[in-house]
Amino acid sequence: MRCPSANEIKMYSRAYKWIVSVPPLLWVGIFLLLPYALMLADSFWLVRDGTLVREWNLQNYAKLFQNPVYLEVLFRTMRIAAGVTLLSLLLGYPLAYYMSFHTGVRKDLLYQLVIVPLWVSYLVRGYAWKTILGSEGVLNGFLQYIHVTKEPVSFFLYSPFAVVLMLTHIYTPFVFLPLYASLEHIPRNLVEASHDLGANSRATFLRVILPLSLPGLLAGATFAFVLTLGDFLAPLLVGGPSSIMIANIVQSLFGTAYDWPLGAAISVCILLLTISLLFLTERFEKRWSFR
Amino acid sequence: MTQPGASTEQAAASSDSGNVLLEVRKVAKNFGAREVLKHISLEIASGEFLTLLGESGSGKTTLLRLIAGFEQPTSGEIWMNGERLDTLPPYKRRVNTVFQNYALFPHLNVQENVGYGLQVSGAANSEIPGRVNEALQMVKMQEFATARPAKLSGGQQQRVALARALVNRPRLLLLDEPLSALDANLRKQMQGELKSLQRELGITFLFVTHDQDEAMALSDRIALLKDGGLEQVASPREIYAHPVTSYTAEFIGQTNLLRGDVKDGVATCGSIRWRATQPTGSALFSLRPESIHLAPDGPVPAGAVLFRAVVRQQSFSGSSEHLELDLAGQSLRARIPARGPLTGEYQFWFSPADAVPVRQ
Repeated sequence: MRCPSANEIKMYSRAYKWIVSVPPLLWVGIFLLLPYALMLADSFWLVRDGTLVREWNLQNYAKLFQNPVYLEVLFRTMRIAAGVTLLSLLLGYPLAYYMSFHTGVRKDLLYQLVIVPLWVSYLVRGYAWKTILGSEGVLNGFLQYIHVTKEPVSFFLYSPFAVVLMLTHIYTPFVFLPLYASLEHIPRNLVEASHDLGANSRATFLRVILPLSLPGLLAGATFAFVLTLGDFLAPLLVGGPSSIMIANIVQSLFGTAYDWPLGAAISVCILLLTISLLFLTERFEKRWSFR
Repeated sequence: MTQPGASTEQAAASSDSGNVLLEVRKVAKNFGAREVLKHISLEIASGEFLTLLGESGSGKTTLLRLIAGFEQPTSGEIWMNGERLDTLPPYKRRVNTVFQNYALFPHLNVQENVGYGLQVSGAANSEIPGRVNEALQMVKMQEFATARPAKLSGGQQQRVALARALVNRPRLLLLDEPLSALDANLRKQMQGELKSLQRELGITFLFVTHDQDEAMALSDRIALLKDGGLEQVASPREIYAHPVTSYTAEFIGQTNLLRGDVKDGVATCGSIRWRATQPTGSALFSLRPESIHLAPDGPVPAGAVLFRAVVRQQSFSGSSEHLELDLAGQSLRARIPARGPLTGEYQFWFSPADAVPVRQ
């Protein structure tokens, strides 16, 4: 067998690099960068007499800030996202903490139980909440059965409350997973060292466990917030008119309203908001990881 | 400077009369069906440096963790200074631990790590910086006060861990193989520093190690553990000179185990015979390599046991020669002063008093 020369090896490794890097680059280019570029271009065009006119202008962005509806819906969306984030953390953190520190051999089983809901279709879970919260629903039936209420309570369904509830249910596993991972990574002898030095469980949690789980907490919170920010199905299924979110507006602008440029402008704004959020959280995550 | 050996013996002597700080009473620990500790009873005197020595799996770390409070005994009690210890949570025990891999808080810098114990136990804020500084000074780490643990070397982390454990002024300091992660030179140096620190502070040290040299060099007393039971508790000199069991004799230093038949005050092992006080029957004797002497090297005392043996192997280690002897099929190890190559058969002797009877 002949040994390949140094030059041949160099050529081989260059060809190899090309072969492995071109497909993903094409993928990112065609399915990510190109659509974003089109969206960005769209946002600077306009619609006249029901047809798209490719004239560069800033009118769409001006509309966003002139018409109070858009900002109002954007703020409502952020309020709902904040609510979902907070509730998911309130549910996810104790669960992750309990599972990581107090479950022992049942850990794997419980972990699977947390993951299983992720396999169930989003739509199915949405409809499940409809049957639970509706005026003929399980919750109202139960409340009347135990005589807490006489009439069906109508505000359970078709309210921001229902949207927050449903999205919290859906996104809590997303918050749980990074939190659980970061708690699992805390060396147990740090907890022992803290107890050893005179800290009770509360002080140990506040001074050792919580600070060391901040990267996971931040990652989970970002998941919940960003995913909620772009959600449009929950308002459609359980939200009603009072809880229209920004993605619903985008959807209708691209659909029935046929104003792609305005829809694109809103999308660009949400995209910028999301990117700056991710940028910020990454900075903090780096600062709070100590290994 | 006092001789290290001399002061060790003084401390050992005072520990006999000194007051008992920690008392382990018939403590057993099971993990599931596995018995890790089998009814251990042990007393530690105030100011003593006691080492728990044993192989991995002997239960030494488990005993330490029971005293620290990280594990609960299955049965038995632990008392400290007249107070029941094993029912208290770890944070209420005046016991601090230096962990094997240091367990420094990665999100806190050196002075915050050291100050942690003071902060959580509610020491006055005005008092904390001074005491932290004092502790850092003790381990010569003041200049690293604001460094994060990740930036420190193993030896430096070790010092911080020590300062952090000492800042609370514990009555008892537990050290779980604290030097095992350090390289040989640094380990020797840290051994010396640990010992002098312990003497200066007068704090009782309970030290866990699997390294018998370390145990011999540092301890006032050694408690040798085997399979969850105590083999022997004695000063290094005592445990070396008078091992009670064959396991102890072989674990602490090197030895030759001779199985002898005792009859009418005379032990017989192959072709050699010596006077023994054991009752008639089979007995096991430990004979240290350095107790075997080459006959022409000096006058042979009266009562010495003389025998002829073939030198099978010889290795030279500067001041002494390590010999492997063949005595009618039985192999013996001997250590004699350096004296040049030996070949063939020679006459050797040992004193019957050096053949220490041990239990199997």
